[in-house]
Amino acid sequence: MTDSTELLLSSTSAPSKGKRKAREFRENIIQTLLLFAAVSSVLVTFGIMEVLVGESFRFFINPELKEVGVENIWADFFNIKDPQWTVLFEEKHFGILTLLSSTLLTSAVALIVAVPVGTTVAIYLSEFAASSLREWLKPILELLAGVPSVVFGYFALNVISPYVRSFNENIPGFNRLSAGIAIGIAIIPIISSIAEDAMRAVPNQMREGSYALGSTRINTAINVILPAAFSGIVASYILGISRAVGETMIVAVAGGLQALYSWNPLEGAATISAYIVQVTLGDVPFGSLEYESIFAAGLTLALITLALNLIGFFLIKRFKETY
Amino acid sequence: MTDANDIAQLTDLQTIRKGINARKLVDKIFVALALGSLFSTLGVLIVLIGKLVIEGSKRFGSGFLTFITSVPDSNPEEAGIKIAIVGSILVILVTASIAVPLGIGAGIYLEEYAGRGGIPTWVANIIEVNISNLAGIPSIIYGLLALGVFKAQLKLGETIITAGLTLALLILPIIIVTTRESIKAIPQALREGVYAIGASRWQTIWDHILPASAGGILTGIIVGLSRAIGEAAPLVTIGALTFLTFLPPVPFSPKQGGGVYGPFDWLFAPFTVMPIQVFDWVGRPDPGFNVVNAGAAAVILVFMTLSMNALAIYLRVYFRKRIKW
Repeated sequence: MTDSTELLLSSTSAPSKGKRKAREFRENIIQTLLLFAAVSSVLVTFGIMEVLVGESFRFFINPELKEVGVENIWADFFNIKDPQWTVLFEEKHFGILTLLSSTLLTSAVALIVAVPVGTTVAIYLSEFAASSLREWLKPILELLAGVPSVVFGYFALNVISPYVRSFNENIPGFNRLSAGIAIGIAIIPIISSIAEDAMRAVPNQMREGSYALGSTRINTAINVILPAAFSGIVASYILGISRAVGETMIVAVAGGLQALYSWNPLEGAATISAYIVQVTLGDVPFGSLEYESIFAAGLTLALITLALNLIGFFLIKRFKETY
Repeated sequence: MTDANDIAQLTDLQTIRKGINARKLVDKIFVALALGSLFSTLGVLIVLIGKLVIEGSKRFGSGFLTFITSVPDSNPEEAGIKIAIVGSILVILVTASIAVPLGIGAGIYLEEYAGRGGIPTWVANIIEVNISNLAGIPSIIYGLLALGVFKAQLKLGETIITAGLTLALLILPIIIVTTRESIKAIPQALREGVYAIGASRWQTIWDHILPASAGGILTGIIVGLSRAIGEAAPLVTIGALTFLTFLPPVPFSPKQGGGVYGPFDWLFAPFTVMPIQVFDWVGRPDPGFNVVNAGAAAVILVFMTLSMNALAIYLRVYFRKRIKW
């Protein structure tokens, strides 16, 4: 009697001890593999920090600096009075503001293009457009975001630049105005989609309350929705700037490759990213000042975008928490 | 007396109506302005593609096949994009085979294991912040990472494997984030139901969580890969802009000096990809290259990335309509 019960139990109930062990073993192996996958992203971050900080450090302590006429590299690097970036000359200087001025200038032009258009489109999509129309328009805007940046570079050089030059022939073919406009077009989808998300997150009662008091749609949008979604809209601008600052191929194709300190958008000059491209296009020996200088420039760029992204994410988190 | 009152009321009503109409007009003006900026944005997209097609068709007209089956040449009319197309396909193959398993695996772990017997929640939160920061880092920085690690330290050279690895790291955050989002959308009841009939955690994930979230994950993979196909900056940084006239070695094809190529020798061959080909041509002084050929190559590149994006958008809408929890 007991025998047959045991037999019955062992054949129908939970798997034997050995089978269960095998299953646990397999589960553990899979869990460990997945953990490695999750940790890989942290390794990427460490890799980026190691490379950027390590090579920049080697740049700043490089004994060759003295030989090429740089007495105090820190003072030279952060020179804001008379910055020069002359890596290819006999007497070298490394004033990062030379490159940074171009980066900031192209980004400013991009913002002037993208902020009004992106905000208007976001208000329209969130507050005015019927949902069926929105379903159609949003994917088309997303397609614009899918155009590779080198193609925007082609567009800046062969369409925007000739148009800019049609007003004044003395403007060079490579100029930061054309590059900045192209960057602006490229970041419109970023600004409009994040800003629209922020506006749509505003609860409907606030809209209805405003309508009940007799507000029109545009009154509601400007007086109620914009203030309520303010942090999210600012986040969209900041993330847009972050994209513009890091943009590479548009400026490398259309913005000029010469390191020049100037705040005139009609002139061509290299941004930080364009400088990195220009140096890596040539064959640069490892460990040379030129090689190490691209990492110092890259570290500057990475820190700027990191700071912008952190502010942006913080603001987005805030509007998500508020509603 | 009554007359004056009536008149006062009448003018009052008139001013109110006027006010209402004026305010409605502002609304209409804004709509016109918004539609104007929306359509000029779309107009830019149309002008851009139009310009590419017009310039590119100068090459397509005489022989589309010649253009896509020729190797680069110093004569713009004979230069083609064969090497770049093959290069793009091979690099994306490497990128996908690294980024897809790694990204989905990381996404699964962070959603299904972290805080539930795996790493504690606060560690997962740090990893999450880290991933969103990685997604915001400019692509050229990934190029510097590749230059410093893959080229300088691991000595992988300017090869397909270096390019594939670099782009895989670049799109990893995209795939992780979309995997997590689509897993998050699955209701807890599904998990509990499957556990209740005795399934292990991995069986639950493999048989139920993954199939149910496949649509979203697939969308993320396609968006990521289309980004990778269009990226030039990180590959230019590793020094990939070279004049190539030969394809990577086919596995087991005979070598010139005798013997055959190994199955993975192509991974360590030099390469060029579509966006680099466009960048190379657009930088040349000859309009035959910088306008016509660059435009023709750009049409094909834009066609690749936009059709992948369109597919992703379609899939997203399709799966959203189909699955109702």
